[in-house]
Amino acid sequence: MENSYLIETHDLVKTYSLGEHTIKALDKVNLKFEKAEFTGLVGPSGSGKTTLLNIIGSLDSPTSGSAAVLGRKVEDMSPKEAAALRNRHIGFIFQTFNLLPVYTVFENVEFPLLLLDYSWSERRKMTMAALDWVGLADRAKSKPAQLSGGQSQRVAIARAVVKKPALLLADEPTANLDAENSHHILQTMERLNRDLETTFIFATHDEKVIGYLRRKITLFDGAVAKDEPSKPQPSGREGK
Amino acid sequence: MIIPKLALRNILGAGLRTWLNVVVLSFAFVLIIWTQGLYEGMNAQAERASVDAILGGGQYWQEKYDPFDVFSLEEAHAVVPDSLRAMIADNRATAILVVQGTLYPKGRIHPVLIKGIDPDQTLLSLPTQFLKAGEDRFPALIGSRMAKSSGLIVGDTVTLRWRDANGTFDARDVEIVQVMKTVVQTIDQGQVWIPLERLRALAGMEDEASLVVVASGALERPQAPGWVFRDLEFLLSDVRQLVQMKSAGAMILYVVLILLAMLAIFDTQVLSIFRRRKEMGTLMALGFTRGRMIRLFTLEGALHGVLAAVVAALYGIPFLTWYSRHGWTLPEGMDSYGFAIGEKLFPVYSVGLVVATTLLVLVITTIVSFLPTRSIAKLKPTDALRGRMS
Repeated sequence: MENSYLIETHDLVKTYSLGEHTIKALDKVNLKFEKAEFTGLVGPSGSGKTTLLNIIGSLDSPTSGSAAVLGRKVEDMSPKEAAALRNRHIGFIFQTFNLLPVYTVFENVEFPLLLLDYSWSERRKMTMAALDWVGLADRAKSKPAQLSGGQSQRVAIARAVVKKPALLLADEPTANLDAENSHHILQTMERLNRDLETTFIFATHDEKVIGYLRRKITLFDGAVAKDEPSKPQPSGREGK
Repeated sequence: MIIPKLALRNILGAGLRTWLNVVVLSFAFVLIIWTQGLYEGMNAQAERASVDAILGGGQYWQEKYDPFDVFSLEEAHAVVPDSLRAMIADNRATAILVVQGTLYPKGRIHPVLIKGIDPDQTLLSLPTQFLKAGEDRFPALIGSRMAKSSGLIVGDTVTLRWRDANGTFDARDVEIVQVMKTVVQTIDQGQVWIPLERLRALAGMEDEASLVVVASGALERPQAPGWVFRDLEFLLSDVRQLVQMKSAGAMILYVVLILLAMLAIFDTQVLSIFRRRKEMGTLMALGFTRGRMIRLFTLEGALHGVLAAVVAALYGIPFLTWYSRHGWTLPEGMDSYGFAIGEKLFPVYSVGLVVATTLLVLVITTIVSFLPTRSIAKLKPTDALRGRMS
């Protein structure tokens, strides 16, 4: 497999055992992603969006087939190597924000840098820059419990981008947000994609998100039903 | 260094939950040290009292002398060798002659050990000065327990019978000149102290003794043929065994306290791992390995022990210091337990006790903290992110 693509999957299959039954979550998925894409995996619940995102993020491994992320095959990686890949190159944004409750906003955003052994001055500079990007520098000392849903998701974005990863995976990032906050978040991510050239891959069925995508991959029953360029819709931004 | 930093942040961030555990654990620390300090104090006091009253710096025993075999006493006496006699003359040793006898207080028969000791001796804390009396009197000194069991008081005259070196029985009336209050039972119960020279004369054992007590601090151990030197290690073994036996009871409390504290930690760890699955998933997504996670959660649990040690030190040091200075007034019945301790027990908190207890609690806390974290090793990041255990 050549490494000209940021991500490349080949006949990717993922099955789960449920008692005596086997459920096929992904069925021979062949996809390629380039640098700085702003792509969405769309489809109904159970179509395999999150499973594909998890395998790309090296949180899970395929049952068969291959998934190469940044030139490294997910199926061949040890848990330690997968952790290192996530640590250095991949950022995650979750539907439920997943902020660490006992840490402040600053500490949450600083966390990935701590794992990367940055010095205190570097960490401080990069963390404040990330909080600036998402417009929350003034809430650095707040605890997650003191933030609104939109603010929490912006902190999660800051945490995901603070180390300037090559790839950012967002699983239903707007599912718990109102329309105004959703647009705010998406515009922030669009700006980061443009400024940092970070590849964004969303798993979503939210029309607001779909309105911002430049590529839309539709999954159905674990297989790619459609893979098409998508022109960002100005109407998708009207909620703002 | 990141793991300790995160662990500390996490447990301090957990607020009340952390402090409840820390306080319970600190109680265990202080109570364990307190109870063990009492037994160490008991040991130290009993040893000190025994050394002062009768053991001195060690004893030479006539080779047949065995305090636990009364039948051996008949032959357990010999002329004091010159080497020991020289020490006695220099007031660096004192001789004691032991003869079996019978006391007849108020018509009752009371088997006793008659012990002859020099009234002028100053090596031991026995109040032998009361035995200095004129030839017309036959003074005898008894302990308060002996007085209680025989019904004798100061000024009473009582018949004392013994068998001399030739096997002839003889008897005399002795006058109780003093009832001494002593915490050392081995010089009290069933014993009558009379002047050494009187006993030697009456028993026909001129210049003889059963044992010679060496002064505390006297380092010389001269050769004495027919006599065996018993050092304090040997002489105190009974006291130590007694305290050890009694302290076995304290072990139950010790174990209960440790279990209670460990249960709190174990419970917290299990609950913490159950409640924080999503957080674990997030940490894994951020690049944490399972090994790092196990270390983090184990250290979090173990840090409860460290914080507890700090909290215990904050209130424990003043409390235990005050206690060791003021002592613990023993209940009335305590005397019958057989300890050679006074009315007050002064606990002793040695560095060894504090360090050993602290280390023990920390090691156990770490082990207890580690056990529940083993389930993390099987945790899949995707399950954790969904809030499920694999």
